[in-house]
Amino acid sequence: MNDQRPDPDALLRRVQAEEAEQARGKFKIFFGATAGVGKTYAMLQAAHEQQADGVDVVIGWVETHGRAETEALVKGLEMLPPRTVEHGGTVLREFDLDAALARRPTLILMDELAHTNAPGSRHPKRWQDVQELLGSGIHVYTTINVQHLESLNDVVAQITGVVMRETVPDSVLERADDVELVDLPPDDLLQRLKDGKVYLPEQAEQALRHFFRKGNLIALRELALRRTADRVDEQMQVYRRDHAVVRTWPVAECIMVCVNMKPRGARLVRAARRMAAGLRAKWLAVYVQMPRHLRAKDADRDQVVQTLRLAEQLGAETVTLSGENVSQEILSYARARNVTKIIVGKPVRSRWKEWVFGSVVADLVRNSGEVDIYVITGEAGEGRPLAAPVFQRTSNWWAYGRGVLVVLLCTALAWFMFPYFGVTNLIMVYLMGVVLVATRYGRGPSVLASILSVATFDFFFIPPYFSFAVSDTQYLLTFGVMLVVALLLSGLTGRIKRQAELARQRERRTSVLYAMSRDLATRRRVEDLATVAAQHIGEVFESQIAIFLSAPDGRLVWQRGAQLSFEFDPKETGLAQWVYEHGQAAGLGSDTLPGAGALYLPMVGAHGPIGVLAVRPSRPGRLFDPEQLHLLETFAGQIALAIERVRLAEEAQRAQVLAETERMRNAILSSVSHDLRTPLATVTGAASSLLEGGDQLDVAARQDLANAIYGEAARLDRLVKNLLDMTRLEAGAVQPKKEWHPIEEIVGAALTRLEGRLHGQSVRTQFPPDLPLVHLDGVLIEQVLVNLLENALKYASPGGPIELSAARTDDAVIVEVADRGPGLQPGDEQRVFDKFYRGSQARKGGVGLGLTICRGIVEAHGGRIWAENRPGGGAAFRFTLPLEEAQPTVEPEQAEPHPAA
Amino acid sequence: MSISNPQTPAAIGPHNATVLLIEDEPEIRRFLRAILPQQSYRLHEATTGQDGLAQAAARNPDLILLDLGLPDMDGLDVARRLREWATIPIIVLTARGEEQSKIQALDLGADDYVTKPFSAGELLARMRVALRHAAKPPGEEGEASFTTGSLRVDLLRRQVFVKEKEVHLTLIEYKLLTTLIRHAGKVLTHRQLLKEVWGPLHVDEAHYVRVYMRQLRNKLEANPARPQLLLTELGVGYRLRAE
Repeated sequence: MNDQRPDPDALLRRVQAEEAEQARGKFKIFFGATAGVGKTYAMLQAAHEQQADGVDVVIGWVETHGRAETEALVKGLEMLPPRTVEHGGTVLREFDLDAALARRPTLILMDELAHTNAPGSRHPKRWQDVQELLGSGIHVYTTINVQHLESLNDVVAQITGVVMRETVPDSVLERADDVELVDLPPDDLLQRLKDGKVYLPEQAEQALRHFFRKGNLIALRELALRRTADRVDEQMQVYRRDHAVVRTWPVAECIMVCVNMKPRGARLVRAARRMAAGLRAKWLAVYVQMPRHLRAKDADRDQVVQTLRLAEQLGAETVTLSGENVSQEILSYARARNVTKIIVGKPVRSRWKEWVFGSVVADLVRNSGEVDIYVITGEAGEGRPLAAPVFQRTSNWWAYGRGVLVVLLCTALAWFMFPYFGVTNLIMVYLMGVVLVATRYGRGPSVLASILSVATFDFFFIPPYFSFAVSDTQYLLTFGVMLVVALLLSGLTGRIKRQAELARQRERRTSVLYAMSRDLATRRRVEDLATVAAQHIGEVFESQIAIFLSAPDGRLVWQRGAQLSFEFDPKETGLAQWVYEHGQAAGLGSDTLPGAGALYLPMVGAHGPIGVLAVRPSRPGRLFDPEQLHLLETFAGQIALAIERVRLAEEAQRAQVLAETERMRNAILSSVSHDLRTPLATVTGAASSLLEGGDQLDVAARQDLANAIYGEAARLDRLVKNLLDMTRLEAGAVQPKKEWHPIEEIVGAALTRLEGRLHGQSVRTQFPPDLPLVHLDGVLIEQVLVNLLENALKYASPGGPIELSAARTDDAVIVEVADRGPGLQPGDEQRVFDKFYRGSQARKGGVGLGLTICRGIVEAHGGRIWAENRPGGGAAFRFTLPLEEAQPTVEPEQAEPHPAA
Repeated sequence: MSISNPQTPAAIGPHNATVLLIEDEPEIRRFLRAILPQQSYRLHEATTGQDGLAQAAARNPDLILLDLGLPDMDGLDVARRLREWATIPIIVLTARGEEQSKIQALDLGADDYVTKPFSAGELLARMRVALRHAAKPPGEEGEASFTTGSLRVDLLRRQVFVKEKEVHLTLIEYKLLTTLIRHAGKVLTHRQLLKEVWGPLHVDEAHYVRVYMRQLRNKLEANPARPQLLLTELGVGYRLRAE
């Protein structure tokens, strides 16, 4: 939905709120520093004025304290009779809220807003009575002292040593429509007190006399004034906002100090702090980063960082702006923040430089308008010129040489053009040369080229030729314009180049952040994330990185796997822990332990801190500027979120595994309890019959029972064995002990083991004589075959043969156990290998583990097992055993057969 | 199995042979107490390894049934100590999945093993084989011929017949077969076979045995994939079926 279009519901709510506001009574507070300043008097006076205007005024409650002037004012106003309340044997008089509501005046006076009502009243506090009156649409005038405001209660107690128990929430004051400050200078108040014009209850007189000391009164007065001023300031801010006022209104002081790369920055900051303290103003420290500052020396950049840190410590808000025009940036930001005073350092440039390059201070003064500019001197000799212009450093003699060469080429070109073109066109050739030099070689060479161009143009193409003399004086104007145009062009081109540089740098940072985010998004393990993050940050900040992550017990664990990590000082582990616990950066260049070898930044995710990022610049002693710090913090945040994401995913997976395990445990319990109990029941029943009725039973019956016991015991044995095998497989305790075996030997062993149960079952085997030896664990593969055979036996139709065969492929031997049973239900081909899965037509017993064990064993051999229906009916189970290694050698025997003796 | 031997050996059969059972589990002892005396064995019981060693020395039994999981000492140690002074046949009782300890016991000199749970018939057959081999003085190869199932070996003429049809064996095949015949009915570990057939230098090359056993089966068995004579005890060794 478009944000511009108002939400109808919100509109409705606002209309309702406004209506409620209109229905509500107006609320005015007479606000004073202490008792005795004349609040009640002022309130009564105001009431009289209202009455004179025809307003229906009633006094709800007033305390005259027997003061004559006040009592005089009470006369002539209707007074609501108080209600009486009996409490603890004494009769108390209280404001009668119900009577007031019944009387329903337009305006009611309620003295002493902080008053606590007698027990049994409707509201415990008078301000709550007032709320009800306002709610019913009655206007209210009330009085209150600053010491009764909740938020100032402890401040007052600290100043005066007297704790006020009757307090009013600040919101009451904030919701007042009007606050009128009733002020009286402390000396006048003390005089009134001396004259006995201020009522003091006798029992508390001593304490209150202590309270009414001049120091206390001054402090309380200031509190009251400030509190009122704050309220007014808020109103003004609201007004400014509502009426879109852009210009600074110098009502509340706000000071801005501009710092740059000069060491005297600290001095400026301190001066600003003193001024701010004197004016009780808030203050900002601003640094404008110009494109050329990006190439400044590290020491100079560190200087700025230090200065801004100092300002922060002294209570300033620090801001880094970036732009080409310092004074413009400063002023626009100052206006945005309603800054009243700007403090800058005195320029240290010589006058001619100022004339050539311009002066920030002069620009500021000229354009500041309503903002005051304070120019403060640096200490003598302290000021160092700003880092030399960048291109002077980067443009070496080679670049200047090229600049000269370009001018010479232009001259040559102009020389050839001279006979055919006018002189003006030749100027164009030179200007083109200057632009070329400016884009390629920077400012210095382009300035040189500009001057050289004018000189050579004069020398070669202005009569008299081959002389700097000029016959026609109007050419002087040509030279002048040409020089100015050339210089302007070179300046503009250079600036574009620098801005491009700045944009490139920003672009690079954005792209590295993006690259890291993308890289992080593809990682699924915390260790990988740490490694990736360390790589990216290390590259971008030319630093060594260490990442610490919190362990479940709250300790930090260093991620050693992360590349580029440094051998950090073990002493700094404590620092990392501190950073983690406090969520604040510490270490190198920060406020906490700035001498440490690395900077430690907290990594905070959406659910709290998850670790610490340690960054150690590759060049020792180098500090990060605020912008880099900010970027580092962004990186840290990104990493934190990524790691958090992975951790949450891991947790979810663990929970899922846990749920799966739980499900499995339930399945195993139900399955095992059923499958163990059934044979046990048979065994118990048969054995007890033998015991109790053994004599009466004939031999055949006894034989039958014994057979039942034997068979069921064997079944139990298989079950238990399967469970044990499964447990071992799942615990990873099964390590195949591989040896070289002919596969048919294993098959033979399995058939021998099942001999008893295979009785009467036809079994066909087909094993080509040239099958290679297979590297396998005989005992385990025998188990696979036994389980497959038992499975086949379970389903084989009577008489239908079980067929065993093996075949060789390029890289494996495939073994097959096939039956002519009912075959597999569609969809069962894979599920039959699942734990506790019993085929849809399971006829008999089995926990559903046999095939799962087969799969476990085959996979432990690097093979594959699967099932499918056979053409012509029945199921075939096949598994592969890889032929990965070279066949073993067997010493050949002499060919000669053993001779008969 | 039937051994046609001109000189009938001393009639030490199951009858009145003394058996020492070293086993701590009362249920197994009860089970054996029920069946062994029925088969005319005289049974002595020991519940610990120490007691077992003492009784072995005192009673000089004809056969020892040794459980490998004893409370006071390792069953293998008991076997080792017994073998220091006695050639009494030892049959080891083990649980399944302990192939390694079976091999160790056999290599230490135990004669055979049965895996719990075992049937009475299985145990009695092993015991009979063990007693028969014990009755035969070591090194003596008295039998002139050996017959089991469809296999007949004329040990004097070194001729091998399957269903009375002569089969030609290589030297090693023949040596392997006669080794198995000498211990017919008993399990032989790969190590024991390698040592006897190939010599002590080849005891670790188990695949030799497997390769030759396959050749032998191809020559002697009707269906090598479902052997009736040359049985494989996987993870342990081989046994020639003797009954």
